[in-house]
Amino acid sequence: METMAVIPSDLAAAHEAEEALLAQVARCGYSDAATFAIKLALEEGMNNAIKHGNKFDANKTVQLAYDISETRAVITITDQGGGFNPSALPDPTVDENLEKPTGRGVMLIHAYMDEVAYNAAGNQVRMVKRNT
Amino acid sequence: MQQDHPRMNISSEGGVTVVELTDRKILDEVNISRISERLQGLVAKAESPKFVLDFSNVVHMSSSALGMLITLHKRVREKKGQLRLSGIQAAIYEVFVITRLNEIFDISESVEDALKTLN
Repeated sequence: METMAVIPSDLAAAHEAEEALLAQVARCGYSDAATFAIKLALEEGMNNAIKHGNKFDANKTVQLAYDISETRAVITITDQGGGFNPSALPDPTVDENLEKPTGRGVMLIHAYMDEVAYNAAGNQVRMVKRNT
Repeated sequence: MQQDHPRMNISSEGGVTVVELTDRKILDEVNISRISERLQGLVAKAESPKFVLDFSNVVHMSSSALGMLITLHKRVREKKGQLRLSGIQAAIYEVFVITRLNEIFDISESVEDALKTLN
């Protein structure tokens, strides 16, 4: 069953919504590794939506939709920004980018989630993590 | 001498400042900003900063926290100082490996091991 939350562009409000999602993950008995992965990717995804998508605009919201079963967690984050091109992001692991303080969030989402997909507009990310 | 800070315990061991981060989760921007401000202040005051950051309480970190550490590392390097990270739990260490930041930072198992590497 899917749960949906509409969150203002505020990191504290996002944190509350994240905790509710993670409580469901805990109830479904996810492994420590899967839980860590979901928490990290969720945090990065929500931060990106608020900071880069909505640019902290108080008039914009983030939609967090999720369906957590005992076998997989499906999480979709949608912001109201203009979207971005994920394939145009610089690789933060190449030598010249290693000491840049930003630019790792999307890479970490891809590293920790089993499936990651964006909509055409680039303002929605759908992530899936299987319980292993 | 032990000084307490809402998010860290600071002590001195033979000229080295040991900072124990006490938050289990270093995630939100406000928290990261406060930690950064405090650490940058300590670096600024030291002539040749020698720091050990103890992560043994930390179970979650965001990429913003990694950015904070990179900026701190640069400041310490500018002052010809030394920075060590210690007590990083396995799951967090994996984040450092995935981002290749384990190649930037000197990481030790414990504060004691980190202190041994400082001259």
